Amino acid sequence: MNTSVFAHGLRLGLCTLLVLLAGCERPGMDTVQRGYRGTGMLQVYNPRIIEANADLHTAPTPLPPAPADGPKASVVFKNVKVLGDLSAAQFTRLMASMAAWIAPEEGCAYCHNPANFAEDSKYTKVVARRMLEMTRTVNSQWKAHVAGTGITCYTCHRGHGVPQQVWYRSNAQPYGSNFMGDKAGQNSPDPAVNLSSLPNDPFTPFLLDAQDIRVNGSTALPTGNRHSIKQAEWTYGLMTHVSQSLGVNCTYCHNTRSFQSWEGNPPQRAVAWHGIRMARAINKDFLEPLADTFPAQRKGELGDVAKANCATCHQGAYKPLNGAPMLADYPELIGPDSQAVAAK
Amino acid sequence: MAEYQNLFTTVQATGPLHHGIELGQGNSPRLGQPLVSYWAGMLGNAQIGPIYLGTLGLASLICGMIAFNIIGLNMLASVHWDPVQFVRQLFWLALEPPPPSYGLHLPPLNQGGWWLMAGGFLTASLLLWWLRTYRRARALGLGTHVPWAFLSAIWLFLVLGFFRPVLMGSWGEAVPFGIFPHLDWTAAFSLRYGNLFYNPFHALSIAFLYGSTLLFAMHGATILAVTRFGGEREVEQIVDRGTASERAALFWRWTMGFNATMESIHRWAWWFAVLCPLVGGIGILLTGTVVDNWYLWSMKHGVVPPYPAVFPQVIDPALLQGAKP
Repeated sequence: MNTSVFAHGLRLGLCTLLVLLAGCERPGMDTVQRGYRGTGMLQVYNPRIIEANADLHTAPTPLPPAPADGPKASVVFKNVKVLGDLSAAQFTRLMASMAAWIAPEEGCAYCHNPANFAEDSKYTKVVARRMLEMTRTVNSQWKAHVAGTGITCYTCHRGHGVPQQVWYRSNAQPYGSNFMGDKAGQNSPDPAVNLSSLPNDPFTPFLLDAQDIRVNGSTALPTGNRHSIKQAEWTYGLMTHVSQSLGVNCTYCHNTRSFQSWEGNPPQRAVAWHGIRMARAINKDFLEPLADTFPAQRKGELGDVAKANCATCHQGAYKPLNGAPMLADYPELIGPDSQAVAAK
Repeated sequence: MAEYQNLFTTVQATGPLHHGIELGQGNSPRLGQPLVSYWAGMLGNAQIGPIYLGTLGLASLICGMIAFNIIGLNMLASVHWDPVQFVRQLFWLALEPPPPSYGLHLPPLNQGGWWLMAGGFLTASLLLWWLRTYRRARALGLGTHVPWAFLSAIWLFLVLGFFRPVLMGSWGEAVPFGIFPHLDWTAAFSLRYGNLFYNPFHALSIAFLYGSTLLFAMHGATILAVTRFGGEREVEQIVDRGTASERAALFWRWTMGFNATMESIHRWAWWFAVLCPLVGGIGILLTGTVVDNWYLWSMKHGVVPPYPAVFPQVIDPALLQGAKP
């Protein structure tokens, strides 16, 4: 009798354990050592997730190149405000590519009035023009982040009118009265921070405003660094988002023995540093100013436009599209090299 | 004949129910009619109750319940009083301390005021319960080892939620009440103050924590191993004199050359357990008040050796000319 009680208990225990483990990824991970031996500087990959997402991270086949000679687009077409220097053939090739990248279902009519391609009656066309300028700026002025690989419309859009991974400012207190129950912008299983209870809108302070991300002191003893533990939680939230967006561990960018020191850190940390500034510039200079252009249904709960974060381009890959050099086939998406970043 | 075993004790020796000795002047009566539970007997003594509650116990429970309710109702309010979401999100929910901007001033209720109140009642509850363990130990004519060990844990609790925030001048430095949120706080604390693993008091605390489990395992295993000779009984009750505790001692003498005594093993265990929160609390108290970045402090004092560089040198882009801030 006692053996059977024990066996029942054991069985119950094992079942409970299985239920608790149901949310985990099954073992069989690939690990890659990146740092000094024995320091845990490893990248852990789930080969099954990488395989399942292979299509998402594959670049589409480019259209055959168009001749650069012949009349200019600005001469042939009306109301061409960017890329007017291209030949009409090159311009048409890019427009066809954009339709395939952004609106494969709706085609040209997603942005253009089919009766008059030149008019700006659809908001999507006005936005698309600004996004072309953004793409050209990123490719010419943010080489510190995008290097020569660059970006195209497809990097974010992947066949959707609105990129799948965007963010809106969160309504900080959706629940709770003024009397009790304030969540302080955290403590919900939020996908933005990988279902942790960390502050779940780390984007507004860091990718729109320029709040301090660095909370560590750079001296051993206190010398006036007043950053709080709560601020550290916000930084932690942002970093969780970066890690999740790139499908990498903290150690991809950091030597985690010290998040403050740059000594012994992987070079990716500097690339990511520029990426954070790039996302901030994209949101401030290109997306927020489009607030009046977008219709209400495209806006968030607080009436703000969709904005970019790391996931918008990366979508789970360490480099968007696993680093496929799409830009090489579309050199017109590189803007004028305006005295590099330094002049700004 | 049934064999007397120990884990789990399958034969339960039950006698007449004990009400305990009469209590002297100034004590309230013990509460509850004692009962015998087979399932309790599987783990420990089969008799449950009576219990001595007393004024201190009652006051402690009331304060504890107030704190528990403040925390629980705030969590429930944070999911719009939805009981289903309360259960689903329970591990994520929390009662947060005030934003750092309030310093040590009294914040509005919904901005940490409830947290201060819950913390106050919880502290009162713990201190009252501590006093109760002390008084009960004295009443039974015991030493006060249990209360002092308990005070060690209360010390760590008060360092985290009271002493350190006061020294830092901000309630916002304190720990939230919540399952995952207090773990996030722990990680953020280490991140903010330059990696707690480089804090020597943290290292000591871990040594005592792991040491406690090791001692507990060694002691528990030793005594269980000699229960066949009655070694788990009081020395006077051991059936086979000259075999049980002597064998236990000789086992360790002959395996590692040195052994504890029946008394010293319990002193080791007590000190290891007590020192774990005691030195841990010291390490927390020094963090931010005396040391701002434990990694840098540790490197400065040669606590750990640096290891060879693997990556090409990376320069902080914020220090570069012309980088966008």
